[in-house]
Amino acid sequence: MIEGILIGLTTALTIQNILMVMVGCFFGTIIGMLPGLGPMTAIALMIPITYGFDPATGLILMAGVYYGAVFGGSTSSILLNAPGVPGTVATSFDGYPMAQQGKAGKALAIAAWSSFAGGTLSAIYLLFMAPSLSKVSLSFRSPDYFALMILGLTAIAAFSSKGQFLKAMMMVVLGLMLASVGQDSLSDITRFTFDNMNLTDGISFVLVVMATFAMSEALTIILKRNDPTSAAKQVSLTELGSIKINKEERTKMYKTIPRSSIIGFLIGVLPGAGATIASFLAYGMERNVVSDEEKEKFGKGSVNGLSAPETANNAACSGSFVPMLTLGIPGSGTTAVMLGALLGFGVQPGPRLYMTNPEIFWSIIMSMYIGMVILLILNLPLIPYIARILAVPKNYLIPLILFFSVTGIYVMSFNNFDIYLMIGIAVVATFLRLYDFPMPPLILAFVLGGLMEENLRRSLLLSNGSWEFLWDRTLTACILATTMIIVLWHIYKTFSKK
Amino acid sequence: MNINTTKIISLLFFIFSAFYLYTAYQIQVFAFDENAPFNARTFPIYLGYAGLFFSGLKLILPDPNTIKVDHKNLEYKKTGILILIAIIYGATILKVGYFLTTSLFLFASYYFLGERRWILMFLLSFPFVAAFMYLLHGILDIYLRDPFLKSIGVMG
Repeated sequence: MIEGILIGLTTALTIQNILMVMVGCFFGTIIGMLPGLGPMTAIALMIPITYGFDPATGLILMAGVYYGAVFGGSTSSILLNAPGVPGTVATSFDGYPMAQQGKAGKALAIAAWSSFAGGTLSAIYLLFMAPSLSKVSLSFRSPDYFALMILGLTAIAAFSSKGQFLKAMMMVVLGLMLASVGQDSLSDITRFTFDNMNLTDGISFVLVVMATFAMSEALTIILKRNDPTSAAKQVSLTELGSIKINKEERTKMYKTIPRSSIIGFLIGVLPGAGATIASFLAYGMERNVVSDEEKEKFGKGSVNGLSAPETANNAACSGSFVPMLTLGIPGSGTTAVMLGALLGFGVQPGPRLYMTNPEIFWSIIMSMYIGMVILLILNLPLIPYIARILAVPKNYLIPLILFFSVTGIYVMSFNNFDIYLMIGIAVVATFLRLYDFPMPPLILAFVLGGLMEENLRRSLLLSNGSWEFLWDRTLTACILATTMIIVLWHIYKTFSKK
Repeated sequence: MNINTTKIISLLFFIFSAFYLYTAYQIQVFAFDENAPFNARTFPIYLGYAGLFFSGLKLILPDPNTIKVDHKNLEYKKTGILILIAIIYGATILKVGYFLTTSLFLFASYYFLGERRWILMFLLSFPFVAAFMYLLHGILDIYLRDPFLKSIGVMG
């Protein structure tokens, strides 16, 4: 293994490759900040360019773009509450409130360090556990995935403050309902389209997330302009704060990062699960393990609440390379695009790669890691300048947020209908937010909806319509038992406080 | 039962779920799939019942944390105008083109939000959109339909 690491390092640490990773990080960060253009698009855009290089250099460039785009996505989540990709939605829950309190620089620094630490720890896990974990990930069956989705949705209990559980559950159902619009994945039968061709492909994730987060946030700010509490908020936005993380905050991060990196990595290893579920689960778990005093800060700018999803989504990014490199199964959309690029280079990922071409295996892992180091070195000094976005007066910032939201949708579909739909969803979301209906559960349910139905379908078909699949397998039963414990714990906590 | 806006929203969600459930039952499935353990309407039917269940509970159970919104302090007029401008923007973007509609949308939004620094308003609309368009269309090679720029020969 040490020989492999050295080969990987020798390949990655040439001047040309370091330059490539720097260029990749820079462009990745810019592309990632644009709503609608996440890591997947960023890497896809780079593929034609990388074909001019040798495989290792091409992969190193893509690694830089990948981590740059992930960091860019976190930046727009924190500064504008506009997460362009599902993996950074949970980052906005505490990152955005922190930026609103005049700590934008600190929020970005916490995100950068947590991402780096998550990536570092998961690279270590990857080194030691990749071959054995690939076998574990293969043992997951549809009932287990279905149970995992239920567990993911139960994590919404973590997002709902006291007395908000039913509101959160209503938002979960609404998110699943929105996800059910369009063609059924197996039979191609259209559902809830009302003969409108524009709905045949379903509602896009970017549309829903832009409507419920960025656009509705912009509308809420305008709506509450004369609200005395909002006026106070606006004043504090002129303070961008320092990027220094104090001792107390560091102590919190030291506890959060290891546990969130483990969750992120393990979820990332499961094919199809990816950074989104990882970040939501890490956020939910973090809220459950911290003290009652810290729990109250969640959703209002908690250090743990920001650090956990950022660590987990980066750890999951590395974790998702396990099934791709060892089994040839992409664990996420981004790794699917990278798999395509690898095949284009003539590299065939799969069980034989680790055995027959260890130098490629290790080069990829090392280049991913070097990408993260360079990203940290490049972006930390830039944070004060990036954070200045918040100093833009509201009269300019609000139209610009709306402009980015509409552009994000427009470049994806070139369709008026999607823009109207986004405005409609944003208006409803703004109204719901006024009455404290939480949006994160809706987004999580929307992301998981398709996967959940798919796995329920397979489970029910295999068990001939019997629900026994829920307890037939030990793994499924264990995941569902964990879910039950979380629900019962929350009910107990609610009543015990009364 | 104390009637407040949260309860009214729950009632609306209950009605919406009932409509969703009714529509779910109307989904046409293939004849051979009709009695299958799982078909295209199974999951939506479960969702419809789940919606009725949770919104029903919210309607029936007492609401200790009543949210009070002070409507007097809310800027409905400006928000409404901004939404209207966004709708007009959506309606014209394909026909007129990205550059002109986006620039006008930004300029009009700045104006209606109370901005009167004309030079800054101009700089943050027309040149800003041109630069952004260059980034997307020129550098990242993302196609942006623009009949207006095409008609004046700026775009191919």
